This record gives sequence, structure tokens and C-alpha cells, in this order.
Amino acid sequence: MLLDTRQSLETPEGALLPLTPAGFGVRALAQILDILIRFGITTVIFIVLSLLGRMGIGLALILTFLLEWFYPVFFEIARNGRTPGKKWMGIRVVNDDGTPITFGPSLLRNLLRVVDFLPMAYLTGIVASLCNRQFKRLGDLAAGSMVIYDAPPLAEPSFAVRGQLPVPAGFSTDEQRALLAFAERSNYLSAERQSELATILQPVIHAKDPVIAIKQMANTMVGKQ
Amino acid sequence: MKQGQFEQLYQPLWQVLEMQIVELEKSGGQLTGDELASFASRYRRLCHFHALARDRHYSSHLVDKLGDLVVRGHQQLYRRKQPFFQQFISFIVAGFPRLVREQHAYIWWATALLYVPGLLIYVTILWQPDLVYTVTSPDQVSSFEEMYDPANRTLGAARESDTNVQMFGYYISNNIGVSFRTFASGILFGVGSIFFLVFNGLLMGAVAGHLTNAQFTETFFSFVVGHGSFELTAICISGAAGLKLGYALLAPGNVTRVESLKRASAIAIKLVYGVIIMLVIAAFIEAFWSSNNILMPWQKYLVGGFLWALVIGYLVFSGRQLRGETASVERGPV
Repeated sequence: MLLDTRQSLETPEGALLPLTPAGFGVRALAQILDILIRFGITTVIFIVLSLLGRMGIGLALILTFLLEWFYPVFFEIARNGRTPGKKWMGIRVVNDDGTPITFGPSLLRNLLRVVDFLPMAYLTGIVASLCNRQFKRLGDLAAGSMVIYDAPPLAEPSFAVRGQLPVPAGFSTDEQRALLAFAERSNYLSAERQSELATILQPVIHAKDPVIAIKQMANTMVGKQ
Repeated sequence: MKQGQFEQLYQPLWQVLEMQIVELEKSGGQLTGDELASFASRYRRLCHFHALARDRHYSSHLVDKLGDLVVRGHQQLYRRKQPFFQQFISFIVAGFPRLVREQHAYIWWATALLYVPGLLIYVTILWQPDLVYTVTSPDQVSSFEEMYDPANRTLGAARESDTNVQMFGYYISNNIGVSFRTFASGILFGVGSIFFLVFNGLLMGAVAGHLTNAQFTETFFSFVVGHGSFELTAICISGAAGLKLGYALLAPGNVTRVESLKRASAIAIKLVYGVIIMLVIAAFIEAFWSSNNILMPWQKYLVGGFLWALVIGYLVFSGRQLRGETASVERGPV
């Protein structure tokens, strides 16, 4: 069994959408980034508009009000669920059926932010998000939204080995994935560790050099020579 | 079928679909004519390929690639329409007042929670003036006295217009912030909304009572009567929306608490849309009309009465004739 938070959502077509909910750690970092950005903008607004006297202060108050409550709503709608902070951390908000977030849910989850913040530092939100499998804070529960990781773009793999070797029949998709993951991560492993890991499969694949054999199987899987 | 054959045979199909998805993902990207018509069926075939590839244990690379396309296609196909601006007018004319009437039980409770404590403390302070200090601090009391002291008003001098803009900004950020908090804290089983409603009611009643004792009635009531129509009603509605969240958690009925909260929120947030609009209007009246000292008090009372009639009439009657309003669909707390 894989130890991760990935969940499948079944669509009307019977396809299973893999979605990975984001926990409060990465969301807190995104939130800190957003707060810093907002703080920067607020400072600039007040410096510039205070030159305009009382009228400027009035405008600045309106703008900071909009910034405080509607900054996340604006970006979540306009940027497909990503505020600048979330984009930076590679996460985004979606409706919990996997569709892009819409105005109502976005406004709702961001208004309820004040409750999730209570009594301090998003304690309510953190406790709530630890009580369900999608890491939903109260705002997400009410709005029917969730924060997920963006799927990383599929990189063009390269395993530094030439040649192909057929994958033995009977390897399930997950087992194939493990082979591929091994080949992809081998750059970060020492040669000794590589052969130590690859040798585990020796009884199944009967190769002369299991490390090279697995990489060649990986080549087969991604269709490289 | 071997994976190689499978890919060779069907790759052109999913490549076309990938191009369409990339086009749709661009902001403002659109498909037209045949392309648009065939998108859904292409997407369904893609789902089929994905399922086949998984079932036949084709390489994980292929399965993941198709899976990624399925996710992106799903995002495009099931993108919900966002007719927010198109529906704006119909929401104002009919949707919002209908919703308020449909949720009348919550509205009445919120109204009672705001006004009853307010009236009680108003009467109490007329009888025991010192009780005002149980609600507010002496500093606040003296600042209110200063604000509404007729002696501080130079008759015939309107405020500078830039001061009006400053106060407009202040009313917007303060009042809408208060109503957002009144709404949001309702998710704490209603407790937060009740607190904010009662607290604001007490504060209002105490200040009114104190200023009545100080004989500043005319300046005070002529100031608040105009924008109060929109502002107080909006606070009641946002409190009602909050109470709805709390009640959905307390008494979920036949569904789970989370599901019940979700359904109640979808309705409550629409009340908040209306509240925002009402509070912007209120802030506008407060900054540019209520503060105007050139106007005689009777003019302000007259317009204030008209505005109250407008708000109540709007909420009670607007949108009734259009395509027959159904009787209240849902019962609130009784």
C-alpha cells in the first residue's frame, strides 16, 4: 500500500481522478506568502494615496478593505484557484468534485477564514483539517471546496541507459510505477544503494545486472531506446 | 493488444484532444463548431482509453499521461457556468428579496436579537443613566457626546467633500467587515452571530439612550435615520445568514452535519451578496447625506422615513409577481 494522501474521485464517465489534498503545512506557507504580498501592497497604497490628503485616505481604506477580504477570491476565480502564494507552493483550490472553484464557494471559504483563524494562528482551521481526509478547514467544509496539489508536469525521463527490456508479464501498474520511480530517482542514489535495492528483484527478473535491467525496462515503459 | 499497437492506433485521437484542452485552458480560449460538438465524445473515449490502459496494465507512464488528460478534460467539460454578472440584475430585482422572504424565520430571529436587547437597554438607560457605562467605556461615551453635540455643529457648513470620501472609505471597511464577521462566526453553532447581534444592539441602544438623556436627540436621530434603513437591515440579514449556518450544524435533519452545512451555506452566501450591496448603499448615504449639516432635521426625517419604507417594501414585495413565487420551501427554526 502506498503511504500518501492521494484520493480518487469518480467522475460520471467512470474515470478515477487522482487528487492529492494539501495539508496545513504547505497551505500555511502559501498563506504567509500571500500575507507578505498583501502587506507590501497595503504599504504602497497608503504611502502613495496619503499624498492625496483625506480623499486619498478614504480610497486607501476602501482598497485595503478589498484587499483584506477579496484578494483571495479574486485570484481564486481569475487564476483557476491559485493565489500568488498558492501558485508558489504548487497548490490550488477546487470544488470538491474536482471542478474549478466558482465565485460563491470561493467567497464563502474566504469569509469563513476569520472563524478558522480563531483563537489564533488558524488553530480552529488546523484542528478541523486534521479531522477529515481532505484536510478541509471549516470554510472548505461549508463551501464544498478543497485545496489540492497541482499535478507536476510529466517530465521527459532519461535513465542514462540504452536498450530496452520487456517488463515481465504480471507486473501490476503500481509495481511498474515502482520500477519507473526507481529509474527516475537513481540519480540521487549511490551505486551501492542502487544495486542493493535492485537485487531485491533479482529472483523475479533473473538479470545479469539488475540495475541496468530495471532501467532498460523503464526505457521500454516510456518508449525510449 | 500490445501497448505499442494500442498507442500507434489511438495516439492521434488523444493528441487531438490534448490540443483542444490546451486551447480551452488558455484564458478566453474557445472551441467552435465541430470541434466543440465533438469535445464531449472525445473526452468520453479518452476516459475509456484510460480505463483500458489501467486494466491491461500498460506502462504506468502511459496510464499517468492519459490520467493527466482525463483530469484536465474533466476540468474543462464540467466547468460551471459563472453567469454572475448576467444574473446580477435579476438577483437584485427578484432573487434576493425572495430569498429573504423564504428565510424569514432566521431573519425574524436575527432582528429580535438585534433590536430587543437594544430597546431594553435604551429604556433602562432613560431610567438609570449611569448604566451606559456597563456597555461602553467613558472615553467612548464622551466621544459620542462630542459627535452629536448640537453646539459643535456650525449650521449651514457642509463638510468638505474630501472628508466625505474619507468617511465613506471608513464606513465601507468597518461596516462590511462587521457584517462579514457576524455572518462567518455563525458557523460556531450560531453563537458568534448571536453575540455580534446582541452586542451591536446593546451598543446602539445604550448610545441612543445616553444621547436622549443628554438632549441630543435631534442631531443623533436625524443622523442615523437615513442610512440606518439599509445598514441595520443588512446587519440583521447577515446575522440571519450566520444563524442559518449554526442551525444547519445543530439540527442537520436526515443528512450528515457536513452535508447539511454545505447546503445551508450555498443559500446563506447569497444572502451575503445582498448584504454587501446594501451596505455599500448605506455607506454612501452615511457619508454623503447623513453628515450633511445644511439640511434641516425634518428633511432628514422625511427622507429617512422614505428610505425605511423603500427597504421594507423592497424586501416584502419585490419579485413577487415574476413567475409566481412558491410558498416558503424550507422551514427555519420554529
